[in-house]
Amino acid sequence: MTEPAADLHYTADHEWIAVNGDVATVGITAYAAEKLGDVVYVDLPKVGSTISASTVVGEIESTKSVGELFAPVAGEVVEINQAVIDQPDLVNADPFGDAWMIKVRFSELPTLLTAAEYAALTD
Amino acid sequence: MSDRQPPLPSTQPEPGTPEAADAPFDELLSPLHELHVEAGALFTDFAGWQMPVRYSSDLAEHHAVRTAAGLFDLSHMGEILVVGPEAAEALDYALAGKLSAIAEGQAKYSLLLARDGGILDDLVVYRTGDDRYLVVANASNRALVAKELRDRCSIFDCLVEDESDDIALIALQGPIAEEILRNVEGFDVPGLDGLRYYRAIPSDFRGHNVLVARTGYTGEDGFEFYLGPVAAAELWVALLETGGGSGLIPAGLAARDTLRLEAGMPLYGHELNTETFPEQAGLGKVVALSKEGDFVGRAAIEEGPAGDARVLVGLIAEGKRAGRAGYSIVLPDSAHVIGTVTSGALSPTLGVPVALAYVDPDFAEVGTVLHLDVRGTRVPASVVSLPFYSRRAV
Repeated sequence: MTEPAADLHYTADHEWIAVNGDVATVGITAYAAEKLGDVVYVDLPKVGSTISASTVVGEIESTKSVGELFAPVAGEVVEINQAVIDQPDLVNADPFGDAWMIKVRFSELPTLLTAAEYAALTD
Repeated sequence: MSDRQPPLPSTQPEPGTPEAADAPFDELLSPLHELHVEAGALFTDFAGWQMPVRYSSDLAEHHAVRTAAGLFDLSHMGEILVVGPEAAEALDYALAGKLSAIAEGQAKYSLLLARDGGILDDLVVYRTGDDRYLVVANASNRALVAKELRDRCSIFDCLVEDESDDIALIALQGPIAEEILRNVEGFDVPGLDGLRYYRAIPSDFRGHNVLVARTGYTGEDGFEFYLGPVAAAELWVALLETGGGSGLIPAGLAARDTLRLEAGMPLYGHELNTETFPEQAGLGKVVALSKEGDFVGRAAIEEGPAGDARVLVGLIAEGKRAGRAGYSIVLPDSAHVIGTVTSGALSPTLGVPVALAYVDPDFAEVGTVLHLDVRGTRVPASVVSLPFYSRRAV
């Protein structure tokens, strides 16, 4: 299983967050993807929608279960990853890369977990 | 992200055991556990057992069984022997089917009914001798089945022995299962050529006794092997060595669940429970009302379920979102709930969402369009005939 990358932020809900200026790119971790199993359906919020932190903004379904994507930050969705909707198995193949889900323009970043803190959580 | 539901039906410690009363209890491990760990399996708790939920990918394991073969460890299942001069009569009384009618070497799907007609477990029963039967129970119901069989058989000249701890179970399932079995070194299955579906034959694997049965829970051809724990580990390795080059891979409980769902096979705790009559589950024919004498549940079954009792149907939904266990089924033009999903998934073989559901009998006809409430979104779904997948039709 892929280790959590050191340059990313994490949440206890198994999202990863890459910050670039005032835009956060959000995906789910390899740990979450492995727990879900083969992902077969991804539902993401609309571009332009405003999302609140810690609310459910998307769904990730595997053959066996349904996972929820929580917004780790509040803000405006500026881009979604159509590729992961068209090809949900990207979530298993490359959770920290090609399977990014949404980009959110935020004004304030909440306290997030470091890679080490997240790794400790999933040990 | 968080899981909204567990990857497999959550299970309870067996009722009546000390573990159930004094949690925490030790996880039960299959005799093949170390092999699964080495293979990188992800485990899940199933009826107190740590069993492989998947080795690599649910979908790859599912497709392997449909196109080549998959190997399952089912050592958590319960094996209960009923032995004695009146074993056949005892089972005719204890179970829903007429077990005295099956010949040595035959198997039969049956039900353990409660007096009120509800289903306590679904079982496969093998007649392994004139006076011997092997009753295979779901892991979660093993203790209950053993207790009920002991009670019900006590008035007959036979013994009931729970041998589950000494019997491992491996299933080899898929279109190339027979070919693999033929090529396993040191596995002598007499009469394999003529071994038909729901038949079983005592066999020898490198000096170990194995009951080889042509049974399964996947909708494919295949075999189930009942044998001792030590022999099981050796057979597991031998099967993978023999079939690995032809596409055989180990498969976990996640694939087993989607395979049985496509094959329209019920899962205890989902489609079957103590509140459900066999007739509602489409299992009316499993109950041998024509057999002589009384059997447990007979009076209630003869009376039958209420006329408006819900019945099991298959549903195929639009789109890609699956109806899951517990989701409501509503009429297209109203908010009136007329049913509930008991199992559902995006069918890996068919590529469409399939579900088993109980609906009011007025809406059970094939072709009826209903709505699944998928977490607040209505998804149209049509009633279809079961099974969703049949290997002969594909």
